[in-house]
Amino acid sequence: MQEGAPDPGLYDYHPYRGRRKIAWPEGKTCAVWVAPNLEYYEIDPPANPHRKAWARPHPDVTGYSYRDHSNRVSHWRMADAMERHGFPGSVSLSVALCDHHPDVVADGAARGWEFFSHGIYNTRYSYGMDEAQERAIIEDSIATVERATGQRIRGWLAPALTHTPRTLDLLAEYGLDYTCDLYHDDQVQEVKVASGRLASIPYSLEVNDHYGFNVYGMSGREYADCLVRQFERLAAEGEQSGTVMCIPLHAYLIGQPHRIGPFEEALRHIAADPRCWKARAGEIVDAWRAQQ
Amino acid sequence: MSLDPAYLEYPHRREGYDHSLYEWSAIHQRPPVRWPEGKSVAVFLCVTLEWFPILPDGPFKAPGHMVTPYPDYRHYTVRDYGNRVAVWRMLDAFAKAGVTASFAVNAAVAERYPKLVEAVQQGGHEIIAHSTDMNGTIDSSLGEEAERALVADALGRLEAATGEMPKGWLSIARSQSWRTLDLLAEHGLEYCCDWVNDELPYRFANGVVDLPLSAELSDRTIIAAQQHSAEAWGEMMRDAFGFLSREAAAQGSARLLPMELTPYIIGQPFRIAALESLLADLAARPEAWFASGSAITENWTSQQ
Repeated sequence: MQEGAPDPGLYDYHPYRGRRKIAWPEGKTCAVWVAPNLEYYEIDPPANPHRKAWARPHPDVTGYSYRDHSNRVSHWRMADAMERHGFPGSVSLSVALCDHHPDVVADGAARGWEFFSHGIYNTRYSYGMDEAQERAIIEDSIATVERATGQRIRGWLAPALTHTPRTLDLLAEYGLDYTCDLYHDDQVQEVKVASGRLASIPYSLEVNDHYGFNVYGMSGREYADCLVRQFERLAAEGEQSGTVMCIPLHAYLIGQPHRIGPFEEALRHIAADPRCWKARAGEIVDAWRAQQ
Repeated sequence: MSLDPAYLEYPHRREGYDHSLYEWSAIHQRPPVRWPEGKSVAVFLCVTLEWFPILPDGPFKAPGHMVTPYPDYRHYTVRDYGNRVAVWRMLDAFAKAGVTASFAVNAAVAERYPKLVEAVQQGGHEIIAHSTDMNGTIDSSLGEEAERALVADALGRLEAATGEMPKGWLSIARSQSWRTLDLLAEHGLEYCCDWVNDELPYRFANGVVDLPLSAELSDRTIIAAQQHSAEAWGEMMRDAFGFLSREAAAQGSARLLPMELTPYIIGQPFRIAALESLLADLAARPEAWFASGSAITENWTSQQ
């Protein structure tokens, strides 16, 4: 990026109208990837000078135990619902979860899920890191996920969406293929990096369950309806050139008993549509890259 | 620019939690739990009876506390409406549906409104401790002696006003300090409802049981914060009950549906019918076991 410039210069303007056609396998028009966040929030992390981890003096019982619900209860419920409708996960992983609750990570791996890094903990922020520190979290992520799952991570979603001006350049340098941190498009796009290459895969904050429930205050049924509408539109537009829909999830939100039922109905609807390509993030990036 | 090197050290990165308050276990890997008479979903109704001093105080401002400059008559009186009017509608609704609830009571409410306490007890409901009043909040900025005094004060005053010592505790805003669990044990409390990380009771390392009272399923969250109608709230509760009863059948283990109710919210004239119809529906379901926090905790404990 261009540090200090008013436009960080992450990508070129590329209007939606008149793009070259992207073709997904078997004539599908919308690649749908499901991105469960498997996270670990520390109960008493060291302070980052730029951001507080918890609102009140620790322990923030509600904040911590709310998220812990994922690892005790709702991960399994969410994962079963995804599996019943044929959606693999592409996981944004707090890689320390491999140490804290290896059963949860092993469960995702056994289901054929892809793992990418979401930092070490979602309570350790990149703000203020120097280059050596940022390299350390990337190297830690690569080594930890490889040890726990045998997979080499290919993607990145910054811990708690905290970046430095050099993050994307470093990801490309370490050979990662995609970032989930840019929300400027409904198709995969090239990111301008110092060396190598890096794709931006559409993630989504607007249809993220966190935004749906905690920002927009939707009911489970309203959120499920949004997912169906999002898919219907992107699948129709994908006739022109293949689109990407991401469903970013947090089990402690979507896996609550009053929400998981409507959510599963939305998955059932999307899975049954012949225009839907149920894919992992890496497969989407590979199919796009092959057409560049 | 660089961070303190300690920011990249992880002394608690190990199997299990980064604390030793309780152990990790996944709900579906535990031995099955069974409620009485083959019921599969325990419905835990928890009504909060709150008195907000018109002058906020304490480590932080409780949810629902005063908003406008002093004297905030608007919020003071609408909270009081809960104790004067709305809760009586709820007591009638519980009686009509034939269900039992737990009432998490500020000591000040028990002292100020003895007729309300009497009605709760005559209705067969349980009273659990909910601090002194809505200024009685806890977090780690509260000193140990101040916190010990607060717990003792709340319990002593509740016992004096109700004639019985509560077995359960609900912190205001579910907020604890590092010492709270030990202070609850020290004062003879058997369970608390603060930690929302599970859907069945579990035991902390110090012996206190957590009975998770989901914040997501409270009327405050759904109606006041997320701004849904009472009817939409009722639909969510039905969705939750339906899902839990199916999950209980599929996994062969009982489940828990907590429902936190706030009189000044759900007991309004235009909302109460949603509660009445929900209770009537759920009470007619053969899977439903409406029980107090103590009954659920004791039943669960007897199976461990």
